[in-house]
Amino acid sequence: MNILITNTSDKPIYEQIFTQLRDQILHGALQPGQPLPSIRSLAKDLRVSVITTKRAYEELEKAGYVYTVPAKGSYVAEKNTQLIRETYLTQIEEHMNQIFALAASCGLGEEELVDLLRLLYQDQH
Amino acid sequence: MNAIECHDLTKTYQGFTLDHITFSLPAGCILGLVGENGAGKSTTLRLLMNAISRDGGQVSLLGTDNQSPDFLQTKQDIGVVLDEACLPEVITPRELGKLMSLTYTRWDQTQYDQYLAQFSIPREKKFKEFSRGMKMKLAIAAALSHHPKLLLLDEATSGLDPMVRDEVLEVFNDFTRDESHTVVLSSHIVSDLEKICDYIAFLHKGKLVLFEEKDLLLEEYALVKLSQSQLAELDPAAVVGVKEGPYGAEALVKRGLIPGHFVTEHTNLEDIILFLAKDGKQNL
Repeated sequence: MNILITNTSDKPIYEQIFTQLRDQILHGALQPGQPLPSIRSLAKDLRVSVITTKRAYEELEKAGYVYTVPAKGSYVAEKNTQLIRETYLTQIEEHMNQIFALAASCGLGEEELVDLLRLLYQDQH
Repeated sequence: MNAIECHDLTKTYQGFTLDHITFSLPAGCILGLVGENGAGKSTTLRLLMNAISRDGGQVSLLGTDNQSPDFLQTKQDIGVVLDEACLPEVITPRELGKLMSLTYTRWDQTQYDQYLAQFSIPREKKFKEFSRGMKMKLAIAAALSHHPKLLLLDEATSGLDPMVRDEVLEVFNDFTRDESHTVVLSSHIVSDLEKICDYIAFLHKGKLVLFEEKDLLLEEYALVKLSQSQLAELDPAAVVGVKEGPYGAEALVKRGLIPGHFVTEHTNLEDIILFLAKDGKQNL
């Protein structure tokens, strides 16, 4: 398992841990049921604060990627496809909102936007 | 459990007051104590150990009030390294081990020997012939070898070269792998503290200006470079400190309070401390 923390990034450290673990769970590099390192040992090995690591684990648990057994540790949760789909949908919506904002600022209309989307989609497939 | 509870700790010397210091530190964490010379770091550490009398306030370490009779027993669980190791000049590390084994009930000779080897400390050399760095390393080895739960270190990394400092910090980092182990270290080498601390306490002229999770601090603050007119645009509440120069200004700001179009730079602990210590205004 690789986790790379950069101190120069604008992204908070807990978020860096969160995204990297989440991505590895989504891509299957971390399998359901697999134990995650303990909060304390991960923090010490990454040389980051225990509190920060705890926060990353809590966020992962809240988002349903891991579950915690009291006094034992955290484990990768079964993949919840519905949940993952949900996550991706939100991301798509976010990106689309950005597209709309950009389109509005250069006066691109709905028709043109849809045309552009179709064109790009055909190129991809 | 909190390893340290400190309420309204006050101590007055002529020309200096340590002013109502209040904080609590959860067990398993490393606290870095920063501040300029004479800010009150050593005074605070000595007061925590009740080594000097306080004028007011309350302190408990590892759940025991430091003025209660039980505190004598608690001292077995505390390792202390002061900025100057006060040991008899003729004592050798081997003899120090013997002395410590009579002092501490949980003295671990094997562990001590291991640290002596790791820090390459000669066993038969007299203490007065040691360099400052060697003295420090010996004091750290001794403090760690009676299995303390709490380590109090006053400027323990100053006078050490970068390689040894790193080695020593690594030892402290490993020490807190056990969640009942807590470390407080004071240093004016802020980058050392940034490397290993969970919490940062900033003392300035006897006052505790800041007590915060280190990573939150780094998240909360950012640096922006901007022109004078842009500076005037900013919400005064967002600006913590400004350095002004002939070609523009540099400001430490609260990330959440500035408009999105400003380009923020990641800051470090040293910058934050410097800006806070200079009470805001300074020239570039």
